[in-house]
Amino acid sequence: MEQKKKRSIMRGVILAILALAIGYSIYAAVTKDKIELITAGAEAPDFEVVDLNGEKHRLKDYKGQGVLLNFWGTWCEPCEREFPAMERQYESFKKQGVEIIAVNFAQSEFEVNKYVTNMGMTFPVAIDKTKSVFTAYNIGPLPTSIFIKPDGTIDRVITGEMSEVEIIQYLESIKPE
Amino acid sequence: MNKILCECGHENSEGTNLCQKCGSPLSEEEKSKKIADMRYEGTAIRSKTYNKSIIDKIWNFFSSVKVGIALIIINLIAASIGTILPQEFYISVATDAEKKQYYSDVYGWFGEIYYALGLSDLYSSLWFQILVLMLGVSIIIASIDRGFPLHKSLKNQRVKRHINFMKRQRVVANGVATGQQEQTLELVEQKLKNLKYNVRREDNAVMAEKGRFSRYGAYVNHVGLIVFIVGVMLHLVPGFYVDESMWLREGETRAIPGMDGYFLKNDKFILETYDNDPQGEQLKQGINTMAKNYQTNVTLYKQADDAVPGQADNLQEVKSYEIRVNHPLKHDGYAVYQMDYRLNELKTMIFDLSNKATEESLGQISIDLTNPQDEYDLGNGAKVRLMGYYPDFSGFKEGVPQTATQTPNNPAFIFKMITPETPDGETSFVAIQQTLEPDGENMYKMKFSNVEMRNMSGLMVRHDKTIPMLFVGGIIFMIGVAIGSYWNHRRIWIEQLEDGTIHLAAHTNKNWFGIKKDLDALTSHAHLPQYIDQHELDNNEKADTEKEGKTS
Repeated sequence: MEQKKKRSIMRGVILAILALAIGYSIYAAVTKDKIELITAGAEAPDFEVVDLNGEKHRLKDYKGQGVLLNFWGTWCEPCEREFPAMERQYESFKKQGVEIIAVNFAQSEFEVNKYVTNMGMTFPVAIDKTKSVFTAYNIGPLPTSIFIKPDGTIDRVITGEMSEVEIIQYLESIKPE
Repeated sequence: MNKILCECGHENSEGTNLCQKCGSPLSEEEKSKKIADMRYEGTAIRSKTYNKSIIDKIWNFFSSVKVGIALIIINLIAASIGTILPQEFYISVATDAEKKQYYSDVYGWFGEIYYALGLSDLYSSLWFQILVLMLGVSIIIASIDRGFPLHKSLKNQRVKRHINFMKRQRVVANGVATGQQEQTLELVEQKLKNLKYNVRREDNAVMAEKGRFSRYGAYVNHVGLIVFIVGVMLHLVPGFYVDESMWLREGETRAIPGMDGYFLKNDKFILETYDNDPQGEQLKQGINTMAKNYQTNVTLYKQADDAVPGQADNLQEVKSYEIRVNHPLKHDGYAVYQMDYRLNELKTMIFDLSNKATEESLGQISIDLTNPQDEYDLGNGAKVRLMGYYPDFSGFKEGVPQTATQTPNNPAFIFKMITPETPDGETSFVAIQQTLEPDGENMYKMKFSNVEMRNMSGLMVRHDKTIPMLFVGGIIFMIGVAIGSYWNHRRIWIEQLEDGTIHLAAHTNKNWFGIKKDLDALTSHAHLPQYIDQHELDNNEKADTEKEGKTS
């Protein structure tokens, strides 16, 4: 009996390992074309951008604060619709320790400057000229908003337009304690 | 648990065909055979003995050779279906709708069905992956199920075997040695050692063995296959395999997707064509020009090691290279290939600031569309202020010009023209073949003068860390095949009874001709009785009876 039990456990373990390997392979195959690195719970890749005022923003320096990272372009209409809501919330959330950084998709300074002036955005806006932050975050469609918790991990990734209610709700969830 | 007790007293586990100690036949089926079935040394194949719990059932399914062969055949058929039409991977269209269109345009109804069934992306489809993985599981479990009992029984071989085992081998000899009987076994040992056998002796029994490792060939070869499959599956794990594409405009520097910390600058894209007059096939197919060379001159840059994405001010030049088809830029295990191109994207637009009435020009401004300026000073008191730039003008929305994309497909501008005559400035909206003057009739206009174009290269970034693994898997596989095919496991058992009678039996897993040559040498050296091949005897008898049947 003893031996039989051992054999059953042995077989069970081998089958479980194989099942896990298969499960992982299939999971990886199915999600391959989707965003691999940037998912909720993962560590947000560090980056540094220079905003339109020449100030440097390094993600690492925002440890202890929440960060909303918004990827956008001037031609993107949903981006244009959600900026006023972000702008309205920016002041109060900044006081509570949440920063908003908008990263533009390699457009010219002229276009971005004009756009920011028109929209009256007061949070930092930077141009990712070499698309390296876009590449590091594997950004597909615009807008994409990444909510980063004070501990540097990603709280959620939102692709597409957000309503003001959603923006408030998501910003609340990344507020430092 | 059920045990089978052999007449020699050894307890064998259920399902055993030949006693693991003496080699006597145990099962009724085995007893009825004239020649013993030596596969797996007559051990109990684990899966065949227990079939109770769900774990055992799954185990037994995968360990079955029939299931394994069925899986191999299904895999082969599936893989070959994928080669009937080119896979999506090789078709350079982006969206699903375009792909569908492509298959139906190029291959007709067959293409439509092929696409609809998902066969156009077969190798990354879920069911194909599952098939391959099931084959992998089958190989692993079948190897464990058969390999370990075989190894155990090969390791624990007895020198002395039961007469029933000896008699039932294919090659046997019985009789009395013709030489000096006391020396027979010494001579046997001596000769077999000369023939490079491992010889063991126990009292008056000798067992000689050679090439046992060849029995493991099949298992080595399975290990190779598993390594190979694991290597292929590692393609899916981030970091092991990169297959990305990027568009790079001339003059643009951008981060290379999948190759962290590296940047690529497109210095120039070159397309060369043959300048021959179309003839022959070329005319038939309506092709005017034939490409001779696609080339992108690039410079590769690297960030400082501690730099993070976004820091692009401190790039170190690594190398310059001319990427051509089949001549990728190679660096650090990565390769960048020339894949595609687009010609003539607007880069710079040149306008004349000219008086509408007199056509007199106050000078030219040249607008770099990648970096437009706020103000262009023409010197002589005239300047042009750029109030707005819309790279892909798509119409007005509530009086505001809109842009559809960031690409300068249809650039539009709002200019403010300031001249000595119009110090307050005149506003003009200028798009291709469209000029609006919102503040009434202007004195001056921005007259389109010239453009400069640039090209775009489509590049592909590849990186495969699994190649060494695939290579090792392949080598192990080939070693396994060689072990199993070029060597064979030969065994000879000899026992001399008290009265001088010799019982000899021989077995090999292949190449009976080879072992018979060894036996011939042994027989003559030790003056043993002549051996017989019971298998051949059988066949001869059958042939004889058949002949008789015909003649009678």
